[in-house]
Amino acid sequence: MAGATTMNPGSAGSRGLTRFEAKAATRESPLVKWTILGVSLSFFAIFLLMPLIAVFVEALRKGWETYLTALTDPDALSAVKLTLLAAVIAVPLNLVFGVSAAWAIAKFEFRGKHFLITLIDLPFSVSPVIAGLIYVLVFGAQGWLGPWLAEHDLKVIFAVPGIVLATVFVTFPFVARELIPLMEAQGREEEEAAVVLGAHGFQVFWHVTLPNIKWGLLYGVILTNARAMGEFGAVSVVSGHIRGHTNTLPLHVEILYNEYQFAAAFAVASLLALLALVTLVIKSWVEHRAAQAYKVTEDAS
Amino acid sequence: MSIQVRNIHKQFGSFTALDDISLDFPTGELVALLGPSGCGKTTLLRIIAGLEQADSGQVLLEGEDASGTHVRERQVGFVFQHYALFRHMTVFDNVAFGMRMKPRSQRPSEKQIRDKVHELLNLVQLDWLADRFPSQLSGGQRQRIALARALAVEPRVLLLDEPFGALDAKVRKELRRWLRKLHDELHITSIFVTHDQEEALEVADRVVLMDHGHVEQIGTPEEVYRHPATPFVYGFLGSVNFFHGRVEGETVRVGEDVLPHEPHDLDHGAEVVAFARPHELEIVTDPAATEGLAAKISRVLSFGVTARVELDGVNGSTGRHFEVELTRERAETLQLSEGQLVRLVPSRLRVFDKKGTAA
Repeated sequence: MAGATTMNPGSAGSRGLTRFEAKAATRESPLVKWTILGVSLSFFAIFLLMPLIAVFVEALRKGWETYLTALTDPDALSAVKLTLLAAVIAVPLNLVFGVSAAWAIAKFEFRGKHFLITLIDLPFSVSPVIAGLIYVLVFGAQGWLGPWLAEHDLKVIFAVPGIVLATVFVTFPFVARELIPLMEAQGREEEEAAVVLGAHGFQVFWHVTLPNIKWGLLYGVILTNARAMGEFGAVSVVSGHIRGHTNTLPLHVEILYNEYQFAAAFAVASLLALLALVTLVIKSWVEHRAAQAYKVTEDAS
Repeated sequence: MSIQVRNIHKQFGSFTALDDISLDFPTGELVALLGPSGCGKTTLLRIIAGLEQADSGQVLLEGEDASGTHVRERQVGFVFQHYALFRHMTVFDNVAFGMRMKPRSQRPSEKQIRDKVHELLNLVQLDWLADRFPSQLSGGQRQRIALARALAVEPRVLLLDEPFGALDAKVRKELRRWLRKLHDELHITSIFVTHDQEEALEVADRVVLMDHGHVEQIGTPEEVYRHPATPFVYGFLGSVNFFHGRVEGETVRVGEDVLPHEPHDLDHGAEVVAFARPHELEIVTDPAATEGLAAKISRVLSFGVTARVELDGVNGSTGRHFEVELTRERAETLQLSEGQLVRLVPSRLRVFDKKGTAA
């Protein structure tokens, strides 16, 4: 999973591949070429493209009016709001946490470093349902802190704070995982140079470290955001599915679907699909910029 | 500013990087720390800069203990082997960085900064590159910018860590000369680390030779080259022939052969290592000669000003290789041919006992 979330700016080596293909001596026979292309393209069409098209076709099957009604339904709007709220809280939190963790891990040596790295990966390896369950066990009515919370009239589980907590948990590793290899590759010489030149800790971070990692950081934020808005499992456990109160977009889709309101379910799902498409576009653009920055760095070393 | 280090000890796990090092670096001198990789020279430099912490010992800057002084208050200029230029800043911003980081009360005005940066860029003869980014410069240009950046904060000491290590031979030679010239103009106390003996001997006022965390010898380039104090220094500076043997009276016995040796105070029978530079070996072609080490000529290289003869040992020094340097005229008179059996007689032989103490 970690591999799938790591940007790989070094993949700009496609020029060499083109040359390989252009030469008759190194070219594969047409049969092999078209078989491989055919297999991968049909796989792509059946498993990736078709579902995406299906979402939009199903959403618009009963016309624009039904589509718009489904989206402007108060429950749907409240789900949109809650989804945005969870993302707006989770993304900055994980941004701050991810940068500090990556900074500590990549630039310093300390005891327990490997333990910390493992801990950061935990949300990747734990099933989201378990993640939600953990919060129920800790904050739920029968949980460790349940009685204390009830006494002080604080609601975490089956309320908005629980949803935010679950979202923060599942998106925990994205920024840190993105930055650690990048910062490790950059080493600490530039930071050392800055300190020798008289810069204070924050100045070093702001003027030297941050500009060097900005594309990786943006990439991590995009992934965090996508996951925060799309998370289902963990949020489902802690939400309680109270319509208009604790339903996020993915949960709302499920409820509509279970109530046989297919057109409405697909309409809301199309929102999430659109979000994914926008994310992909921004992601490609960031990757492109990062690859350029990477190339400059390569030349510099 | 003078620098002194007192009894510095540094350990990395079970590896001793520096073992009780004490050194003086007088004001205004350019000193080279020379040694093979892993000898601790870079660690020592980083400890002086404050980028590394010694396990024990002191660093005195201008006679004051700097142990409690933060790197940014030590006023040192540090030049890194791989330049460490800020890659997202232009050359101008790189050089201006140190001045811009100063607290507001001490920070020069933007105009003063601009003047200073251009003055420094002129000093390193790269003013025309002010708007470029580091990635657009050649290695030699980058290192000169790195030096200008280090000088911008008016450091009291300049520390250079393998400054020319990543450059190709021609640029390295140019920059060496240039650094020496710059030092003669600025007279700032400087220490530079290198593993290149030629570089150290050519540039430095004084050379500190280090090996395995110890200081082997300190001296002017001439002193350390002409009078190496230990077998390590002998082997490290320039090419050298060495012979393992035993002392027998006025001679050193190597296998079945004997080498003549000046008066010494080594015990009879002591195990020794003897050193002779290639130009200190004489080739004797007379087959009747009995003195000297028997060897067979494997190659004669006579394309330069001097001729170089490569020889293989015979009689007990089989498998060893020797090198002799002599004038072309001498080589022609001797009429050396490959495969010829000759004897090697040292005109000057330096003998150390096995423990490395000089005789």
